[in-house]
Amino acid sequence: MTRFAPASDFRRPVDDRYQLAYFRFSPLDDERYVLTNQAGEYLVLPRAVLASFVKHELPSTHPAYSRLRSRQFLFDASSNLGRDLLSLKVRTKAKRLENFTSLHIMVVSLRCEHSCPYCQVSRQSEDRSAFDMSEETAEKALALIFQSPSPAIKIEFQGGEPLLNFPLIQHVVRRAEQINQVAGRSLQFVITTNLAVVTDEILEFCRQHRILISTSLDGPAALHNANRPRPGKNSYELAVAGIHKARNALGHERVSALMTTTKASLSQVRTIIDEYVSLDFPGIFLRPLSPYGFAVKTKFYAAYDVDRWLDFYFEGLNYILDLNRNGVPFKEFYAATILTKMLTPFEPGYVDLMSPAGIGISAVVYNYDASVYASDEARMLAEMGDKTFLLGNVHENTYAEIFGADALLDPIEQSFAGSVPMCSECAYEPFCGSDPVFHTATHGDFVGLKTRSGFCNRNMSIFKRLIALMESDVATRELFLSWAN
Amino acid sequence: MLRLSGFAASANIEESAPRSALRLMTSPTCPTPNPDHDAYLFRGNTSDPGCRWVVTFEEHQAVAEKLFSDRRLVVLPDYFSYLGEGDVVRFAPDRKAVRVLFRKEANANYFLLTERCNHLCLMCSQPPKDIDDRWLAKEILEVLPLLPATTPFLGITGGEPTLVGEDFFEILSCARDHLPSTPIHILSNGRTFKDRAFAQRYQAIGHRRLSVGIPIYSADPEVHDYVVQSKGAFDETIRGIMNLKAVGAEVEIRVVVHKQTYDGLADLSDFIFRNLTFVDHVTFMGLEITGFTRANMDKLWMDPYDYRNELRAAVQYLAAARINVSVYNHQLCLLDDSIHRFAKRSISDWKNEYVDECNGCAKRDGCGGFFSSSNLARSNHIRAFS
Ligand code: SF4
Ligand code: SF4
Repeated sequence: MTRFAPASDFRRPVDDRYQLAYFRFSPLDDERYVLTNQAGEYLVLPRAVLASFVKHELPSTHPAYSRLRSRQFLFDASSNLGRDLLSLKVRTKAKRLENFTSLHIMVVSLRCEHSCPYCQVSRQSEDRSAFDMSEETAEKALALIFQSPSPAIKIEFQGGEPLLNFPLIQHVVRRAEQINQVAGRSLQFVITTNLAVVTDEILEFCRQHRILISTSLDGPAALHNANRPRPGKNSYELAVAGIHKARNALGHERVSALMTTTKASLSQVRTIIDEYVSLDFPGIFLRPLSPYGFAVKTKFYAAYDVDRWLDFYFEGLNYILDLNRNGVPFKEFYAATILTKMLTPFEPGYVDLMSPAGIGISAVVYNYDASVYASDEARMLAEMGDKTFLLGNVHENTYAEIFGADALLDPIEQSFAGSVPMCSECAYEPFCGSDPVFHTATHGDFVGLKTRSGFCNRNMSIFKRLIALMESDVATRELFLSWAN
Repeated sequence: MLRLSGFAASANIEESAPRSALRLMTSPTCPTPNPDHDAYLFRGNTSDPGCRWVVTFEEHQAVAEKLFSDRRLVVLPDYFSYLGEGDVVRFAPDRKAVRVLFRKEANANYFLLTERCNHLCLMCSQPPKDIDDRWLAKEILEVLPLLPATTPFLGITGGEPTLVGEDFFEILSCARDHLPSTPIHILSNGRTFKDRAFAQRYQAIGHRRLSVGIPIYSADPEVHDYVVQSKGAFDETIRGIMNLKAVGAEVEIRVVVHKQTYDGLADLSDFIFRNLTFVDHVTFMGLEITGFTRANMDKLWMDPYDYRNELRAAVQYLAAARINVSVYNHQLCLLDDSIHRFAKRSISDWKNEYVDECNGCAKRDGCGGFFSSSNLARSNHIRAFS
């Protein structure tokens, strides 16, 4: 008869002392701490358990022990896999860095027929020569775009209202496709438009060239129209009609919408979400108001602080969770981005939540006037008079000069979250990012003081809330995982 | 339950003659019969293809002995009468033993490649033996060319199939050449693949439908090593899987759910997603009460109804992580409704049964039913769906 050995024969030697792996911890609430490893895996432990763990006093029989080991917070004699698994995961997360810039934003016109008070950049002008990108500039930008090593290239047309310079869009799309016959990248186009001036001809062109549409929708009619004045006071009506028209022409999934949060939005998060649900969007990105351009000048930004925005955000998030519980599948996209970092081995590559910062190396802006900026926010900052993140000019500078510019490398290096005060010790750092443009706008340097940083405060609150929600309820965790992936 | 082995009478066959794999044919086929491996299956009315071998059943024995007095005759007990065209049996003249190796109509056919293994799993259904059984590999090499190119699925099991070394690669090359479109699934503990060169060589075989199913029982190395009764097994198995994925091989992770594993399912799912993200399939299996399981019932058996929450959570988690996940060998009435769509009818047809409670069950067609061996221990929660 075969004899089987008891479980105790397979335990590590009693005198084996476990080693602490590199990890960070931050308080989640009064009793619990969040621990993260280098690959961004987290565990929540009561304070006392954490204390005995770091003192090498946690017994193998404690339920947390096995979890700490399988997530590589500790190494012991039972396995020699930990370091290899961990390094593989860190490499996977960092993988996208080697691809370099994939999102290329072209500002084809600064002109707009809207006059939104919070808009950072647009102009009400008929003067094409002053505010439209020229063909020569576009050609130079394209040449730079295809020098990026990224296997995937996304060209996003922005404005002002980019459709006011549609002939240039057509030109760029055709030229890019031509160049790509040799370059062989995975090439994609997006037009960011308010859809007010969209026509059947434009949509037909989009259909032929598989161009995605990203439009603006701030919420129900009253809110949207108040946010977005235009002659006729019908921005909302035009946007909704445009969404339907574009979906018919291009397919439902090829049309997405972005909202801008203003002071007036803060009390209406449910109706804003209802608007997105009734228009059959799969989710919403509840955005913070940016601290740039007119938003600051017109005191919109100062009109409410991060806490009020967080109330708005969490009310929206709870409402969305209720929708899901009631059988309406719907996502909040900012949470989804963070959850991808928390719950999956993948890095979503969202420019504002990356460290090293995504400016320039993940996304870059070619402005109408041939200047190149490190990000969309960087050009808005420039409109306020601060050209810190101006990287060069498509007519005057080479690819190496632009992407090797000190104006790009210095902020990326100095703001690297792994080495800046507070972030380097923060358990949430694997989920977070460094936003040197934001901190330049609000603090005057690339790093900022995180205790006073709206960026830090906002994100840390969201990280904690998402983790707390998952800890309290398995169903929410499962829902979040489905958002993440 | 079909009986797959037994004893036969024979005529005109020396006791010292070698074991033979025989493919049964009921009518003359175009190419000339293979003298060593093709056998005429006689059921009373002759359309003799002129084979050297004839196989028949006891009821036709008298007629057959007269008609085929010059042939090698094997007479099977009548319970083998399910056999038909294209099936393959092994006849061992010394013991007059018969074993069915391949059934054309079966939902799955498995070949045992060796009984040797470097694990001693608590719930092993094929308890390992440390013997020289290289003849098994040779036999498989003989049989593969006899199988129809349309064979829907072949499994290769053990023991631990990779332990046979060169023969392992030869068999896979043979399958590549003779059964290029048949999915071939190998059940291995994965440890041999810890050697990257072995994994590379495996992948270089170049069979397009090759996959390997590897068990992991826990994210905790101590628990896994205990269940498979081998220290250091966890590390080697995980390294094996990492190597297989690095060379681009298709890998299924199999988890048998029982008393030692059910409460670690959540951590295991998380471990798989975070560390072995690119595995092709994760399957959760029910316990088959055979082999070592019978000796270890106290350590293994629990009513599947009592782990349905843990199983549900693990399945939902992996599904949300977009990992292809399935539940095998589980009765639908013991699973949470929300994971019925992941349940596959997987019990081999020859050992699949239902019980009285199943009469009139509305979900019976979609339910895997039971292993024939399940009467040794069965859930108290079998309830027909109305
Ligand atoms: S910004 Fe704040 S939340 Fe983010 S890593 Fe730094 S300290 Fe942590
Ligand atoms: S009653 Fe029988 S057939 Fe129905 S689900 Fe249960 S085991 Fe399956």
